[in-house]
Amino acid sequence: MIETLIWIAVALFAVGLYLSWTAGRLDRLHSRMDAARAALDAQLLRRASVTQELATSGVLDPAASIVLYESAHAARQAEEEQREVAESELSAALRAVFGETAQVEAVKEIPGGQEATRELAAAVRRVPMARRFHNDAVRAARALRTHRTVRLFRLAGHAPFPLAFEMDDEPPVALADRPGT
Amino acid sequence: MKIGIVCPYSWDVPGGVQFHIRDLADHLIRQGHHVSVLAPADDETPLPPYVVSAGRAVPVPYNGSVARLNFGFLSAARVRRWLHDGTFDVIHIHEPTSPSLGLLTCWAARGPIVATFHTSNPRSRAMIAAYPILQPALEKISARVAVSEYARRTLVEHLGGDAVVIPNGVDVGFFARAEPNAEWQGGTIGFIGRIDEPRKGLPVLMKALPAILAARPETRLLVAGRGDEEEAVASLPEGMRGRVEFLGMVSDEDKARLLRSVDVYIAPNTGGESFGIILVEALSAGAPVLASDLDAFAQVLDQGAAGDLFANEDADALAAAAVRLLADPDRRAGLRERGSAHVRRFDWSTVGADILAVYETVTDGAAAVDADERTGLRARFGLAARD
Repeated sequence: MIETLIWIAVALFAVGLYLSWTAGRLDRLHSRMDAARAALDAQLLRRASVTQELATSGVLDPAASIVLYESAHAARQAEEEQREVAESELSAALRAVFGETAQVEAVKEIPGGQEATRELAAAVRRVPMARRFHNDAVRAARALRTHRTVRLFRLAGHAPFPLAFEMDDEPPVALADRPGT
Repeated sequence: MKIGIVCPYSWDVPGGVQFHIRDLADHLIRQGHHVSVLAPADDETPLPPYVVSAGRAVPVPYNGSVARLNFGFLSAARVRRWLHDGTFDVIHIHEPTSPSLGLLTCWAARGPIVATFHTSNPRSRAMIAAYPILQPALEKISARVAVSEYARRTLVEHLGGDAVVIPNGVDVGFFARAEPNAEWQGGTIGFIGRIDEPRKGLPVLMKALPAILAARPETRLLVAGRGDEEEAVASLPEGMRGRVEFLGMVSDEDKARLLRSVDVYIAPNTGGESFGIILVEALSAGAPVLASDLDAFAQVLDQGAAGDLFANEDADALAAAAVRLLADPDRRAGLRERGSAHVRRFDWSTVGADILAVYETVTDGAAAVDADERTGLRARFGLAARD
């Protein structure tokens, strides 16, 4: 009798240990996802700001300036549900304006243009990076959250189900002279 | 930025991953960052000041060959101490799936972790069996980097998720500045790599050589690399063996001079390559490149725009392509020019900036790296001593 009770206690302890460990894993994944989301937000905001700065600095022709200003403004002001669309439109606008190497070279020759293009090139390069890291974290968290144990014991609590950030982040060819990204 | 880099393979044994880490560390230090590299090494090996030894690596049969790995209680303790003393902003683990320091560090650390996947091994039995064990450690990695689109594809297939592609770096200037050696010039073909390792492709080149010599008898083949020279030329007719010169192991300087001197550099590798750093070095030196059409090689050569490709393991195709190149100086000049322009994206100035961008992306708003207290059983019950 006593022996059975001891065995039951040991089993319960083992299950508890496993659950505590899994909850720890889940907690770590959630904080990784939050950090990745914050980094993605920062990169998107940075890209929009650099674009807006470029549009208002007068280094571009008026038509290009208006196109870039409009889409950068829309991306910064977008509501959460509209964000993916607005950011994708900013990518498309950047591609339209900086599609040609000649355009980039022309901007570089204007005073201040060199620095502006360098900043923009860094920004359009980092957005896809941050987005991949974010979606990778989301995938890992989703994989664990759909696990039986996690669902059965409601280890995730009330945390919202993680969603990937889907957008078109293809950088303009003339600004991103890199392979394989 | 304080950066900790983890090398899974023994520092005493030269290898692609080790060289990559050495050059990366040098580059980052020149940029003014604080770098510490944790690597397995013998106690007697002289180490650069930034390398911390994690003890001697043990030779273990793993994945079909003997690998020198670090594992066990003692190594884990050294990893923890390194993490604790280093107070890094970010740690960069190389090859986190090999059962060595990389995996141990993943297990023991928390905070921003960047991981680079170098190889693109086909899915092995051990990996499938180890998946449930690996997963909790691998999911701590905040940013994954693959060295080529090919490596990224294998990574996504095997482990899921996604990775950014950052190629291996090369000091383009070092190869571009090297002085050509007159002895190695004039109708020469270059090959660099282990002679006795069939997947480096020397047998394919030897099979193609008679046809190349028949069309262009003045051609010489220069081979640099370790291995049995007699055995390598055994398949050649007696009279042709004199056209092959073996240079043995060459220094970095001689490698650069050799690549600057040859008329065509041939990379007949038959498989197992995930990047192809030697092609980038050849392009940096301005050598016209002819390579087998492996996925990784085709990508480095911009699908054939920066160098010629031939059907893998096809000696006749190799011979035909080599003869065509040797006979056409204009085409070689064109390849030199396009190759030199294309290779700039592999220079450390570009690659290093990309890697730093990854570091900055993951450290944005994240706390610094620390030893993960959760992994200790005592810590879970609040019994571990706090310091």
